[in-house]
Amino acid sequence: MAEKLLEVKDLRISAYNDEKVEIPIVKGVSFDIYKGQVVALIGESGSGKTTISLASLSYTKPGLEFSGGEVLLNGEDVITMPPLRQREIRGANVAYLAQSAAATFNPAITINEQVTESPVLHGVMSQEEANKRAVELYHALELPDPNRIGFRYPHQVSGGQLQRLMAAMALCGKPDLMVLDEPTTALDVTTQIEVLKAFKKVIREENAAAIYVTHDLAVVAQVADHIVVLYSGEVMEQGSADEIINNPTHAYTRRLMDAVRPKPVAGMGTDVGTEHERELPAMSVENMTAGYGGIINGEPAVTILRDVSVKVENAHVVGVIGESGCGKSTLARVMAGLLPQAKGKVKLEGEELEGGIKDRKLSELQKIQFVFQMADTALNPKQVIGDILGRPLEFYHGIKGREKHAKVAEILDMVELPAEFASRYPAELSGGQKQRINMARSLAANPEVMLCDEVTSALDSIVGANVIKLLTNLRDKTGVSFVFISHDLSTVASFADEIVVLYAGRVVEQGPTDEVLEPPFHPYTRLLISSVPELRIGWLEDTMQKREMAVGIARGVEITAVGCPFYNRCPMAIEATCDVKDVPIRELKSGHQISCHLTIEELQEAEAHTQKILHGFEKVGDDKPQKPA
Amino acid sequence: MTEEIIKTKEEEVIAKLDTFDELPDAPPKRRIKLSWVGKLSVAVVAFWLLIVVIGPYIAPFHEMDMDGDDSFLNAHSNEYGTFFLGTDYLGRDTLSRIMFGARNTIGISLLATLFAYLMGITLGILAAVKGGWIDMGISRINDAILALPTIMLGLIVIAALGSSIPILIGTAAVIYATSVFRIARALGQDIMVQDFVEAAKARGEGVWWIIKSEVLPNAAMPLATDFGLRLVFVVLFISSLSFLGLGVQPPASDWGSMVRENLQGLTYGSYAAIWPALAIATFTIAINLIVDDISAKSGGMLAKKMV
Repeated sequence: MAEKLLEVKDLRISAYNDEKVEIPIVKGVSFDIYKGQVVALIGESGSGKTTISLASLSYTKPGLEFSGGEVLLNGEDVITMPPLRQREIRGANVAYLAQSAAATFNPAITINEQVTESPVLHGVMSQEEANKRAVELYHALELPDPNRIGFRYPHQVSGGQLQRLMAAMALCGKPDLMVLDEPTTALDVTTQIEVLKAFKKVIREENAAAIYVTHDLAVVAQVADHIVVLYSGEVMEQGSADEIINNPTHAYTRRLMDAVRPKPVAGMGTDVGTEHERELPAMSVENMTAGYGGIINGEPAVTILRDVSVKVENAHVVGVIGESGCGKSTLARVMAGLLPQAKGKVKLEGEELEGGIKDRKLSELQKIQFVFQMADTALNPKQVIGDILGRPLEFYHGIKGREKHAKVAEILDMVELPAEFASRYPAELSGGQKQRINMARSLAANPEVMLCDEVTSALDSIVGANVIKLLTNLRDKTGVSFVFISHDLSTVASFADEIVVLYAGRVVEQGPTDEVLEPPFHPYTRLLISSVPELRIGWLEDTMQKREMAVGIARGVEITAVGCPFYNRCPMAIEATCDVKDVPIRELKSGHQISCHLTIEELQEAEAHTQKILHGFEKVGDDKPQKPA
Repeated sequence: MTEEIIKTKEEEVIAKLDTFDELPDAPPKRRIKLSWVGKLSVAVVAFWLLIVVIGPYIAPFHEMDMDGDDSFLNAHSNEYGTFFLGTDYLGRDTLSRIMFGARNTIGISLLATLFAYLMGITLGILAAVKGGWIDMGISRINDAILALPTIMLGLIVIAALGSSIPILIGTAAVIYATSVFRIARALGQDIMVQDFVEAAKARGEGVWWIIKSEVLPNAAMPLATDFGLRLVFVVLFISSLSFLGLGVQPPASDWGSMVRENLQGLTYGSYAAIWPALAIATFTIAINLIVDDISAKSGGMLAKKMV
């Protein structure tokens, strides 16, 4: 066995409240990290995983204190070492990668200066050596233009690139240990793959050890050697990645695995009962173009959505997916009237709506409700829950006094929260509870259509799964239609009746969930499906072999006025056709449309080809001798 | 045996998970607790406010009585009574003049600050909510006033309009409304882009409801902390004007002019200029300490919440 690098022995960390009463946060955690090993700390928010990982830097968040145990780095206890020595090891021996690269980089200083700062400051290497090392790392992390990317400013590179540059920053001083705190959680699936691949490669090449903190088991399966499962500051189970993923023994681990949504495949769509069926669609958008800036000749200064048509049937769930920057939120904002469209129509129950909120009737506003992504900012921190939920009742329906009080309790019950919550402030609720209140406020208006913008993206997998369950119940009970926006295809697939795939402001494919998730696929849909991480060791390597990955990953979304926007990422793009000619819409079965220059037959052929390659690889994989446990 | 224990422990965990506990939050306390410095400061401010109300009734002498044995005497007594803090340059009782002056100094400052807040917040929030030309117009006029030195501006206005208490209050209010406007507008703009305001707009709420229910409650706390600071500035401003002879006119007393009148007494070893200066100092420092304490407390609460 390799040399032991970090030894965490019976670590205890506590918080103290106003009355100086001890509240244990970490309750006796022990694990070891060997050189060259990636240890994953996995658990929900509040499980203490970040607190434990920060302890390896001898750091606790304000208000927390070490109350017992040891953290030995190369045999030296980091908790009791003098502050000067702590300063020496931070950055030099242990490096920390925060969740948000955008918040970590200083926007006013070039990337190179920030990447090389720590080793030069610690006197580990000279500026020249550090610069050379940085360029090597840019190469290793497969960043574009590695010799010159360091001279750019943080806003001049994409989110995924910045995340990798942060890894370069951490690795520059050749630390013994890296602490990665949810480094891919905020990224699109396609970007996530790109970052994971780079991290994995560089960790292997540098033979560095790492603590990988996340709540996503599927991601852990790709990078970790050893997994520690945490719940409420205690270790539930730990073992090699292979053991935990393939043979979990603890009930909590199994529960976490259940929350990992299955790979989106056909047959996941739910049957919609006929009781809520109506002749006219609840809401529809026809040939709509929208964007930001002044509108000249029906064209906005910056066009985000182009010629989009979407239909929302009554009591149906329409899932809208695509990477960030594809115009998903803009679509919902146009439907809600927050952004007037430049061209085209928005209809509610067959009747055309005005573009802006001011011109819409109160009854129209009441029927369309927008649920914001971040419950943290969408709820006024100075209003109690009762006021937040009571306002739409009073505003739209004139319900006041005792009746309002009773109704608020009823709505709280609908989102499975106790009625006492009416007197609490949003800050006194957990993330999942706040998200429920956020949806309850829209429900209080008694709407026909609810527009949910990434409502589960900021939540842990278990909490998110609960919210989806709740939405499904609500749909069945009330017959509300949902437009469910997400960048996570597996969430959408488990919940939506129809799927709309948006790319660069255009609908590239839409239709019933089962049809969309079945071949033939639009090449972009194919890419999205392949990018959803699987709870399987070795999935990342397999996926990277696929042809659409080679072309599609690591390219930003570019909005184009002519031709197919997916041209520069498409493995099957036809030159002089896809980039210049308008894309034809191909109708497959009822309601299933694919916008592509390739015919249905060609797409089907391509899919068969992919499958052949895939199965070929799986065979190769089978021939390999099994790794000894 | 051990297996059973493990099993019950597992069951416990599962039971905990099923009984809806995404995060156990106890409602935090909403009361602000002051430190002992804060409490002392509150006592000092309360003392001065009490003097504002009852000072003239309990003062041993009238502010205009020249009953002392001589000017610039330290504590002594004669047939009229005892002069605890001595006499000023006209042989008037310093203690009584401070008690009478509290009404002028604190009263004028409080009124001026209140008016400044009324103007500043109304215009600031209006500019933030409406934006566009309204914002542009008000902001530029505000910038122009801000660009002028406060004392100079005060001097010019009072020189032109004459010195009376209403004019003093009005001048101070307008001058200090400019900085209140800046803060209110910045706060308002921050709040206006929050999702909860957008949610209110999407619901179809009107401008006044948004200001009243969404913007003002969230701006209240930072504005309140600023109120204390602003009051201190106004006290100093009024005192400086009085010191220059343009504030409260003799024979009425106020702390600023008392310092000026008795400045020459310092050379004779008289404390007559020190006492009113101390009064200004205790009042303003106490308010500052309260403000500090409140913001430190809410900062502390924020820090605790982040954990």
